[in-house]
Amino acid sequence: MNEVTLNTLTPGERGTIARITTAASNVRQRLLEMGLVKGTSIELVRYAPMGDPIEVKVKGYRLSLRKVEAASVIIHKVAR
Amino acid sequence: MSFETMRQTRVRNIALIGNPNCGKTTLFNALTGLRQKVGNYPGVTVEKKEGRLMFDDGSEAALLDLPGTYSLSANSPDEKVATDVLLGRADHTETPELVVCVVDASNIERNLYLVSQIIDRQLPVVVALNMIDVAEDAGIEIDTKALSQQLGVPVIPTIASKGIGINELKQIIANTNASATKKRLWKMPDIVEEETQELVGYLQRHHKLNEAVAFHEALTLLTAPESLEEHQDRFAPEVLAHVRKDHEKLNFMGIDRQSVVVESRYEWIKNVCSTAVTQAYRSEMNLSDKIDRIVTHRVWGFAIFLGIMAIMFQTIFTWANVPMELIGNGFDWLSNLIRNSMPSGDLRDLIVNGGLAGVSAVVTFLPQILFLFLFLGLLEDTGYMARAAFIMDRLMSKVGLHGKSFIPMLSSFACAIPGIMATRTIESPKDRLVTMLVSPLMSCSARLPVYALLIAAFIPHKTVLGIFSLSGLTLLSMYLLGLVMALSMAWLFKKTLLKGAPPLFIMELPPYKMPSLKSILLQMWERSKLFLQRAGTIILGVSIILWFLASYPKLDGATPVEDSTRRAEQLQHSFVGKAGRIIEPVIKPLGFDWKIGIGIIGSLLQREVFVSTMGTIYNIQNSDNESATISLHQQMRNDINPETGLHVWTALTAICVMVYFVLAMQCMSTVAVMRRETNGWKWPLFQFSYMTALAYSVTFIVYRVGLLLGLGA
Repeated sequence: MNEVTLNTLTPGERGTIARITTAASNVRQRLLEMGLVKGTSIELVRYAPMGDPIEVKVKGYRLSLRKVEAASVIIHKVAR
Repeated sequence: MSFETMRQTRVRNIALIGNPNCGKTTLFNALTGLRQKVGNYPGVTVEKKEGRLMFDDGSEAALLDLPGTYSLSANSPDEKVATDVLLGRADHTETPELVVCVVDASNIERNLYLVSQIIDRQLPVVVALNMIDVAEDAGIEIDTKALSQQLGVPVIPTIASKGIGINELKQIIANTNASATKKRLWKMPDIVEEETQELVGYLQRHHKLNEAVAFHEALTLLTAPESLEEHQDRFAPEVLAHVRKDHEKLNFMGIDRQSVVVESRYEWIKNVCSTAVTQAYRSEMNLSDKIDRIVTHRVWGFAIFLGIMAIMFQTIFTWANVPMELIGNGFDWLSNLIRNSMPSGDLRDLIVNGGLAGVSAVVTFLPQILFLFLFLGLLEDTGYMARAAFIMDRLMSKVGLHGKSFIPMLSSFACAIPGIMATRTIESPKDRLVTMLVSPLMSCSARLPVYALLIAAFIPHKTVLGIFSLSGLTLLSMYLLGLVMALSMAWLFKKTLLKGAPPLFIMELPPYKMPSLKSILLQMWERSKLFLQRAGTIILGVSIILWFLASYPKLDGATPVEDSTRRAEQLQHSFVGKAGRIIEPVIKPLGFDWKIGIGIIGSLLQREVFVSTMGTIYNIQNSDNESATISLHQQMRNDINPETGLHVWTALTAICVMVYFVLAMQCMSTVAVMRRETNGWKWPLFQFSYMTALAYSVTFIVYRVGLLLGLGA
């Protein structure tokens, strides 16, 4: 399977969350609770004007997170 | 059952909880009307909002608006308060008898996460399914009956902003039996269930917890990092030893302890939604998307952001001046009236120069505070605030801060008081504190008269590079100095004193919506009231003390003479005058003499007093006309130091005084607001000290370097 980290997507690209890696325990907990759990589909909507943070669409709502946090989210990329 | 007994079985104590951006505050306002009061939870700077809920039969219940939270895992102090109250471990607040959980219908999956945690708590729950209109527009259809069945609790559809569903919600609250408890609806994998149940038993035995609280604690312990560091003090060693064994066992089986619990909840939510929620159609681009395409655009995004900031800045900086001047004129009129109708003497001076001056210093801030909170309310309520943080985060992260620190810092260019009050939107307490600590370094509007006086008197009217005036550039340098220092100190504080992980930037971007004017006005009213009550009293007190110090001891045999020479002598004779002389050796290395010392001490209440103090010292008749200003400039320029035979004031002195005013905390109102916002004297005192030290060292360097460059002549 095509495993990549969330921060490598370009706007409009989608994937399914596989797992969240080494982030600090509280960051990980927050990401999970915000709905970034295994099997959830996620789409990168855009980058902020200065390139960081990013905006994603997950569980029908919009979430922004920094690239450094997005780098701990492993996803299965869905081919366009 | 008689009417009386019915009333008694009613719940008296209700808590309102929900995710941020779910319309909880609007619902709270709709339920309570204006019957609410705002305070603080003891020991923390989290706002406590309570209201009274009136039922149709005239009975009432207390409604507590808990801080918005995504879960009960308690990341920020806000979330911790909500969690503690719900779990009944807050000493300051009773455990609610009923919980009204507000759910954003347009974002139901994630909102149900908190609902499931609250149902686990086994308190009676009512779900207010809010913003159903927004959900319908997005093509989301919710079968409330099916949802209610799935959750096992009443579900009432509401549109709080239009008052729809409020009466139904009240009915249900009134009729909910306070003893109702609910069983857990979701399940984890068997092995995790077994370990959890065993741990729940342990916790019930060792810590006398009820089942629901024990369950919450068991999950917290099972999902905690292996060190169990945060839990050492809260649980018995044998319980912790048991937890360690559980960790080993689950780790060995390859179970991700942290995610398994969250995943199981979301798995259950998915099933609930598959029965009760239908996504009728999915429009590819809704209105929010379209707005966001422009608002977060590389070019337009910045243009719009700068435009909004410019309008906001302009409003606080310039437009607020109109009401501020009106208020100022009103107080002038009043003090003249008192001056003319009372015999001259200490009492009259106390009323006019102490009391009235203090009250006017307090009230003058009101227009700025009102305007700022009008803007903040609009930005927050429409959903733009999150975008502003999204756009500015990159920049703020360079100094270790969060995108949300930008607006308070910008507001402080107008006035640090509303700026500091605006830091409430920052969740992380450390980041909030850092932002509050550095905000007063931004050049506020009260510094402008000081800059204006000194630039007009001492900076040569020259043109630089053909188009820039030297005066304008000097003014700009003062603003830049404040900005650079604020960012540097923020960076330094984040590296040292308030060291912490970089702030979490996991932030929801809520859909845009029409702002609720009622909520915004209510917030403006509450902020102003709090400012007047808490900060106002301190400012008034300081004003009276400063008046006393500037008026006593009296000159010998003095009947106060309304004469400028006399006033100058009296000021020099006073405690402030003496203090000016006493501190002269301390400020001499900065190139300041005792007159400037008096100016600095006299303007501790507010910076612009420096100008009138100079006027008094240099015997200028008490008039505001232009000739008086020019003669003040002349007097200052001509002043010769009797000891050295040199001019007291040079361009370098003027620059040094300005630099000192950029950096020093010459504003007791800010100190008072810091005291209120941080709930203690520690941080305002620290802030006062560090800023004074910073001002002294930087001014010293500027003066010495200036002398070396031969600018002192």
